[in-house]
Amino acid sequence: MSMSVDTPLRRFTGDFVKSPTAVAAGIGLTLIALAAIFAGAVAPQNPYDLRQITILDGSLPPGSEGFDGFHYALGSDIQGRDMLSAMIYGLRISLFVSFVAVSFAVMVGLVLGLLAAWRGGWVDGLIMRVVDIQLSFPALLVALLLLAALGKGVDKVILALILVQWAYFARTVRGAALVEIRKDYVTAARSLALPGWRILFGHLLPNVLPPVIVIATVQVANAIAIEASLSFLGVGVPITEPSLGLLIANGFDYLLSGRYWISFYPGVALLVTLVCINVVGDHVRDILNPRLSR
Amino acid sequence: MLAYLFRRVGQALVVMGVMATIVFFGLYTVGNPVDLLINPEDDLAAQEAAMARLGLDKPIHVQFGYFLSGLAQGDLGTSFVHNRPAIELILSRLPATLELAILAMTLAVLIGVPLGMYAGLRPNSAGAKLIMAGSVVGFSTPNFWQGLMLIMLFAVFWGVLPAGGRGDTVDVLGVPVSFLTLDGLSHMILPALNLAIYKMSLVIRLARAGTAEVALQDYVKYARARGLSPTRVVGVHVLKNILIPVVTVLGLETGNVIAFAVVTETVFAWPGIGKLLIDSIGLLDRPVVVAYLMLTVFLFVMINLVVDIGYSLLDPRVRIRGGGK
Repeated sequence: MSMSVDTPLRRFTGDFVKSPTAVAAGIGLTLIALAAIFAGAVAPQNPYDLRQITILDGSLPPGSEGFDGFHYALGSDIQGRDMLSAMIYGLRISLFVSFVAVSFAVMVGLVLGLLAAWRGGWVDGLIMRVVDIQLSFPALLVALLLLAALGKGVDKVILALILVQWAYFARTVRGAALVEIRKDYVTAARSLALPGWRILFGHLLPNVLPPVIVIATVQVANAIAIEASLSFLGVGVPITEPSLGLLIANGFDYLLSGRYWISFYPGVALLVTLVCINVVGDHVRDILNPRLSR
Repeated sequence: MLAYLFRRVGQALVVMGVMATIVFFGLYTVGNPVDLLINPEDDLAAQEAAMARLGLDKPIHVQFGYFLSGLAQGDLGTSFVHNRPAIELILSRLPATLELAILAMTLAVLIGVPLGMYAGLRPNSAGAKLIMAGSVVGFSTPNFWQGLMLIMLFAVFWGVLPAGGRGDTVDVLGVPVSFLTLDGLSHMILPALNLAIYKMSLVIRLARAGTAEVALQDYVKYARARGLSPTRVVGVHVLKNILIPVVTVLGLETGNVIAFAVVTETVFAWPGIGKLLIDSIGLLDRPVVVAYLMLTVFLFVMINLVVDIGYSLLDPRVRIRGGGK
C-alpha cells in the first residue's frame, strides 16, 4: 500500500493477495481454465477420437492399466474412454457455454440497464417490470421450460442462459447508473451537448463496470451449475458434446452397480471449479465494496 | 392494498400467458409427439387417426385456439400420454412434492439456524470455520451431483437407505403420504436432505450475518447487563431479531424448492410433479408441460404475495402501499 503510485488496480491486487484462500482459488481457477483451453494438449487421450479408445478397456476402475498399457488414472467409462480426458474436454464445453452466455447476458444487461437509467419514464418502468418478474422465478425452472420449447443444442443452452441471466445485470447496471448520472462529469458531458449514446457508452459505462464484474463472476458459476443441471435432466447439450453435467448423467446409470468413478470425478471437477469461482468472486466483492473496507 | 393485489395478479396473468404461448408453440416445433406414441409399424392411416384423436392434425393456430377456448372453461387439456386431464394428473402428483419440500425446509431451518447462530457468536472458533467452509461447499455443490453422492454413500456403499422411489404410503384424507410409514420415511430422508442442503447453507449464512450484527446491538448488551442467562439472551433476544431475513429468504426460496425438486425427483425417482415435468418434456406431452407451467407460475405469485404480506406483519417498518414502489 505504501507503494510509490497508488492506482486502483495496484490497490486491488494488493488487497487480493492478502487472502491466501483467494490466491489459492485464483491459481486453481487459472489452472482449470488453462486445462480447458488447451484440452487437446493437456488430456492424455482424445476421448472422441474412436481410434484412440478401445471398448476392451471399458469400465476400468481408477489407477488401472489398459489393454495396451495406457494408464487410466481416474478410470474409464463404459466405452473405454479415459475419464480424466473426458473430464478435461467436458470442462471445456462447460466453461465455453457459461462464459459465452454470461458475456452476452452482460452486454444485454448493460444496454438495457443504461437505457432504463438514462431514459427513465415508461422505458425504465417497462424494463424494470420485466426484470422484477423474471427474477421472481428461479433461473433453473425458466431455463428448463425455455429449453423444452427450444430443443437440444449448445447454441440453445447458451440462448436460454442469456435469457435467464440478463436481468441480474440490467438491475445492477441501472442501480449503479442512477447514482453516476447525478455526478458532475455527466452534467459536464451533457452541457457539452454530447449525443446521448456517447455519454452512455463513453462516460457512464466505464463507471458502472465494477459491480457488473463482481456479479459476472458469480453468474459464471451459476451458469456452469445451471448448464450442468439442464444437461443432467436431458434438455441441455447433445450427447456429441458432453459437458461435465452430461458426463455425470451418463455415469448415473452405472452408479448403482458400484462403478462410482464415472460420475464421481466429473462432479468433483465441477465442484472444485464452482468453489474456486465463488471464493474469488466473494473476495473481489469484499474488496470492491466500500462499506467493508477497513 | 387491494390495488397492490390486483397489480400482482395482473402481472401473473401476463407472465402465464407469455410463457404458455412460447412453450405451446415451441413444443410444437421441437417434434411430433405422435412419433413417440404409436407403434412404428402402424400404417399411415393409423398414424393419422392417432393425430386426429389428439387434435394434432389441425394447423397450429387452430390448436392454439382450441387451447384458449378450453382455458376459458378451466380446461388445460388432456395429457397425450396418460389420457387424463393434465391438471388432474399434476394435482395427483403434487402431494408427493409438497411433502418432500416441507420436510426439506424444516430440516434446513432446524439445522441451519443453530449452526449459523453458533458461527455468528463465536466467529473465530474452529467450529465456526468448519461450519462456514461446509456452507460454501453446500452452496457450490450442484444439486443433482450431491444427490448422486448421497445415493452412492447411503444406498450403494453402506446400503442403509433406499436409492429411489417413494415406498409405502398411507392415505390421510384421501391423499397418500409417505412420512407416516417407516418405509416411506426411509425413502424420504435422502431426497429431503438433498433438497435441504442448499437451503441450509443459505440459512447458515443469513443466521450468522444476522447474529454477528445483532449481538453488538445495545439491547443485547442491556439484556446481558441485566444478568439474563446467555441461553435466554441468545434464544430470545438474538433469535427473534435474526428471524426476519431468514423468514423472508426462506419464503422466497419455497419457490426455488419446487424448481429444484425437478432435479431431486429425477435423481431419486420420486413421483412428484418435477419428475412428471421431465418425463412430459421428454415425451413432448404438451398439455402437461403447459399446465405445469401455469400452475407453478400461479404458485410462485401466491408465495411471493404471502412473503410480502408476512414480511410487513413481521417488520412494522415495512408497509405495503398500493401504487408504485
